[in-house]
Amino acid sequence: MPRTFYANMQIQPLIDGRSELTHAAEPPQEVIISTRVRLARNLQGHAFPGWAKAAQRRAVLSECEETIAGLAQMQKGAVLEIENLSDLEKQVLVERHLISRELSAHGAGSGVVVSPDQSTSIMINEEDHLRIQVLRSGYHFNDIWNAIDAIDSSLESSLNYAFSENLGYLTACPTNVGTGLRASVMMHLPGLVLANQMEKVVRAVNQLGMVVRGLFGEGSDASGSLFQISNQQTLGESEQDIIRRLGIVIETIKEQEINARLRLIENEPEKLADKIGRAYGILQHGHVLSSSEAMNFLSLIRLAVDCGLLPVEQRAQVDRLFLECQPGHIQFAAKENIDSDGRDTARARMLRKETGDMPSLNFDKLAFS
Amino acid sequence: MAKPPDCSHCQKPATIHLTQIINNQIKKLDFCENCPHQKGVTDPTGFSLAQLLAQNDLSASTGADGSLTCSACGFSPSDFKRLGRLGCPECYESLGDFISPMLEKMHRGTHHTGKCPDELLARIQITRRIEAIEKALREAIEEEAYEEAARLRDELKALQNTQVSGNVNYG
Ligand SMILES: [Zn+2]
Ligand SMILES: [Zn+2]
Repeated sequence: MPRTFYANMQIQPLIDGRSELTHAAEPPQEVIISTRVRLARNLQGHAFPGWAKAAQRRAVLSECEETIAGLAQMQKGAVLEIENLSDLEKQVLVERHLISRELSAHGAGSGVVVSPDQSTSIMINEEDHLRIQVLRSGYHFNDIWNAIDAIDSSLESSLNYAFSENLGYLTACPTNVGTGLRASVMMHLPGLVLANQMEKVVRAVNQLGMVVRGLFGEGSDASGSLFQISNQQTLGESEQDIIRRLGIVIETIKEQEINARLRLIENEPEKLADKIGRAYGILQHGHVLSSSEAMNFLSLIRLAVDCGLLPVEQRAQVDRLFLECQPGHIQFAAKENIDSDGRDTARARMLRKETGDMPSLNFDKLAFS
Repeated sequence: MAKPPDCSHCQKPATIHLTQIINNQIKKLDFCENCPHQKGVTDPTGFSLAQLLAQNDLSASTGADGSLTCSACGFSPSDFKRLGRLGCPECYESLGDFISPMLEKMHRGTHHTGKCPDELLARIQITRRIEAIEKALREAIEEEAYEEAARLRDELKALQNTQVSGNVNYG
């Protein structure tokens, strides 16, 4: 279907709305950016999306779409079918963590329903028939579990889930069978990155049956020192146990991160001050910025807030800019087709404007010896 | 949820479960955690755990391909090696011998211990009740107890009406 560029963008309301990731209700904390839980669910008597014929996929899509749109939590939400979205719209949704890269690569018969505050999204015909996700800024496993459990239970009253007493929820990939649950926390770990300790952390986390990924999952780079930590195993442990065990890992990593920062402040305060000062200067005055550069500078600004060099109110802005400096978001905001160089210029312009009135850095807080 | 089986050796609840088809016979073995009988000692069915695991690996990598297919969707282990994903929910049952050893390696346990929705549990219970009545009905007919059979048939009909009908939609 030919689509006039930027005409009738279906995702415009999502961009304009106040979302959980860009306008969180609570002020963001240090180290932990956001928490997310997803549940994989499938319908009894239907082939999994990757094995189903096109007609079967469409049948599942329309059945699920209707049921999901009827949920109280999804009232006034966006119901989007992947084949009706432009590449740019899909990219923006991926950058907002509302759909996966895998879903965006699917064609006919796949879709997503997003709640108005974008904290809940339900993908249809991704790897599984349903991928229910609840995401919140900050550290909120209990609230998220209660929310997603309620959504899952209401869906279950109308949809016939594939479930076995012995193996639990049956999923397309055996790695998700059982609870179908992946709990993950997005962490900001510049201290461990600067101290070259991330490799050690990744190895230790792996040994506990947990995984570390970059901002956009498998294979994505770690620009901005942002990492997702999540469980890998789903069978043989209850949802509460998985979340509790992950919580312990998160607490430990957070402690390590804070220790790494304290060591940096104690041993190399000038080096740290210089990095933060340069990031601040380039964000306010740069004219060409790639997205990974921008992410790394924003990351240093968030670190500066945590160290007391900037007021805590700046954190929310940094978290919003992490999202808005992504290529899809820059392209979307430009309202005309621009190339990669054009995006780097547009990104720098946006960041100059956003950071222009940022308070000055209070280097006294680094307590130079 | 069903009560977990006890260890084949002790009276403790079993946490390690093995299902294996050997010489066309299904063997189910359950061991408690850290069972003293798990290693070395031969189990009551005549196979040591080490032997079982060795055979398990063998059947998963060789024999099964080609011959084993899911009766519901036609999926086979070679499709899994190509796609890395299964064909349909029934595959877990149909290709159990192929999938179980993988699950043991991937996960912390082999039994689901998490959320078990009431709706589904109720449905499982109805299915079980239906199976029990069907059996009783066959017996009643054999014994020519027609009054009893009529009563069972009514009960069966009522239960079948409460069952949510699943759309079977395979290609
Ligand atoms: Zn035992
Ligand atoms: Zn199948």
